[in-house]
Amino acid sequence: MTTGILIAGFGGQGVQFSGKQIAKTGMYEGKQVSFLSSYGPEMRGGTSNCSVIISDEEIGSPLVTTPDVLIAFNIASYDKFESKIKAGGILFADSTLIAKKSEREDITAYYIPATGLANENGLTGFANVIMLGYVMAVTGLFSYETFLGHMVESIPESKAALIEKNKKALEIGFNYKA
Amino acid sequence: MSKVVFEKPKALADVPFHYCPGCTHGIVHRLVAEVIDELGVEDRTIGIAPVGCSVFAYNYFNCDMIEAAHGRAPAVATGVKRSLPESVVFTYQGDGDLAAIGTAETVHIAARGENVTIIFINNAIYGMTGGQMAPTTMPGQVTTTSPYGRDRKIQGSPIHVCEMLSTLDGTAYAERVAVNSPKHVIAAKKAIRKAFDMQLNKKGFSIVEVLSTCPTNWGMSPTDALKWVESDMIPFYPLGVYKDITKEEA
Amino acid sequence: MAKKVLMKGNEAIAEAAIKSGCRHYFGYPITPQTEIAEYMAKRMPKVGGLCLQAESEIAAINMVLGAASAGVRVMTSSSSPGISLKSEGISYIAGCDLPCLILNVQRGGPGLGGIQPAQSDYYQATKANGHGDMHLIVVAPASVQEMASLTGLAFDLGDKYRIPVMMLADGALGQMMEPVDFEGIGCETLPEKPWAACGHGGKRKHNVINSLFIQPEELERTVIERFERYKVIEENEVRYEEYMTEDADIVIVSYGITSRICKTAIANARKQGVKVGMLRPITLWPYPKAALRRLAETASQFLTVELNMGQMVDDVKLAIECKKPVSFFGRTGGMMPSTDEVTAEIMKLAKGGNN
Repeated sequence: MTTGILIAGFGGQGVQFSGKQIAKTGMYEGKQVSFLSSYGPEMRGGTSNCSVIISDEEIGSPLVTTPDVLIAFNIASYDKFESKIKAGGILFADSTLIAKKSEREDITAYYIPATGLANENGLTGFANVIMLGYVMAVTGLFSYETFLGHMVESIPESKAALIEKNKKALEIGFNYKA
Repeated sequence: MSKVVFEKPKALADVPFHYCPGCTHGIVHRLVAEVIDELGVEDRTIGIAPVGCSVFAYNYFNCDMIEAAHGRAPAVATGVKRSLPESVVFTYQGDGDLAAIGTAETVHIAARGENVTIIFINNAIYGMTGGQMAPTTMPGQVTTTSPYGRDRKIQGSPIHVCEMLSTLDGTAYAERVAVNSPKHVIAAKKAIRKAFDMQLNKKGFSIVEVLSTCPTNWGMSPTDALKWVESDMIPFYPLGVYKDITKEEA
Repeated sequence: MAKKVLMKGNEAIAEAAIKSGCRHYFGYPITPQTEIAEYMAKRMPKVGGLCLQAESEIAAINMVLGAASAGVRVMTSSSSPGISLKSEGISYIAGCDLPCLILNVQRGGPGLGGIQPAQSDYYQATKANGHGDMHLIVVAPASVQEMASLTGLAFDLGDKYRIPVMMLADGALGQMMEPVDFEGIGCETLPEKPWAACGHGGKRKHNVINSLFIQPEELERTVIERFERYKVIEENEVRYEEYMTEDADIVIVSYGITSRICKTAIANARKQGVKVGMLRPITLWPYPKAALRRLAETASQFLTVELNMGQMVDDVKLAIECKKPVSFFGRTGGMMPSTDEVTAEIMKLAKGGNN
């Protein structure tokens, strides 16, 4: 099985971090993985997106143009990529920033007010982690423990204060019920 | 018993130079070789030859030599010195090589303060290609590409290399000398020695600009060429020390 | 099992270079390969090495020439427009028989072009990396893992044959992250270089590193000697991967990032009953001519897939002496073909749509 994930949002919303964490977790779970970020001037404050592929087989193109899973963090990304999701695919949208609802019937859409939840819980800047928790709960792509373990591992000691916030954010997303 | 009163420096190869009669490259080569001998560093010296009349300099020195692309000797020298920090590295470059096509490399080796010595031959003309205008060709000077004399309004003004490089922090030593008289040759030797000393003491970048002759392309006899250095070049390119950080330190 | 790490292709090359004994890096920033200089700037000082940002690509390649002359393992990296600037130095390095690694993380061109992945420097890399009668060994990785392993190989081959080696990658490979395992990459002892200009130490005649031979007889002799060495390289160092070619009717020839897209497309086409396989050149020079000639005996047609308007396709035609039809499919300017596009192209050929 091969899952192509496209994550898109504003620069600074943690799009790249999210993609890397997903790829790393896949790697630690023994899967084939690739991560490809948009690069160049695109990164400078504008939109940011990345392709993550998790597969049981050798990965061909690392570029995800028709995702199995789209994670959209802003309206521009939603507008650009919602129509590209494969039939049978899944949409995740941060409903705090995306007021629209998908009219497609061949995909499953999940909405979570990740940015709102982050702000309410004193976790401003952690909407991406809340989203990741939710994605994990819905898709079961990998275990909560593996993911949390490796995310914590990747946080340098100098930023230990971030560990608790990440844990809390992940938990909020994981337990979110629409 | 006879006494040896004159011999070639050991660092200079025992082969005839290919330079034109009256050209001063031979004198400068000898001075560099004498300094290498005096310092006893031939075994760890790497010289970089340029493109220009002195392109064959690698045939004339007994130390290891590298022939660089036109203008790139300072970059090649940087690569050598950074790989072998205890080596002694010099480049030997003409005015077209150093101040036209290789200006960026020249400025930046000085800016970085590389412990490298440049011997810069300024004869105000392109020699190897047959007498074209150089970046150091003086106002009014006739060359094949400034046939009516260099006009500042058309061809711009010449570059004063020592003055320019002396403004950079990385330059430890910059001196302009000439080799048109025994007195000047002795002073030139001292300057080259000083430049190598600066390098050995890791003081930074050093350059000695040598006002030289090109009788062939100047269209002069060797003796007239020597006189022309005195009468026309030195007034425009004053001799002297433009930077010496050991003096500033003292 | 050694621990795998998730790394960008650019970073994997830098780390592999350090593991292979490279302690000197000279470069100039250009997208999409700047991570190499950044990685080197962080790592080199910690291993007693040097990362120097030159004033230009021209200076950087000449610093490489100097360091290689001095006998150390050295590399530079750039992307297409920067490689053009390095051409002069590359030619001198080839003419001086100096080993070094030059990495081109290709982007779309010509001119300033774009910054997205391309393979449009194939001609430049394999035919005209600089002026003169010369070759570089050109290696073309197709994954982050291979970027690491070929970096080690590049240094070894360079030293073995006294030849500059180019790694021809692209923006996608440089930027993408994949797991990489560094086990087996590295070297215990670096080879002796008695020819280097590192100071004669009073122990030998002085060495001269030079590409100037003013007598035509002498230059001809030098070039012919070098081509004899090239012949040995062509005999011994061709590398390629064959994928499902045993029964293949259509043979795709593709290298680097596009070969991966082709693999997926091959799987798709096979599901639809088309016997298709691929030869993936790993060395672009020397080129796997013999392997292609062998495949031309059994396959009925060839298809090259490239990120350009058709460059390597010429080498396939030459290798098989046009004995079988060779068609081309590609995208250019930084665009990447989708798996579906490649699959469609295979299906078209299978149905006799070649003419």
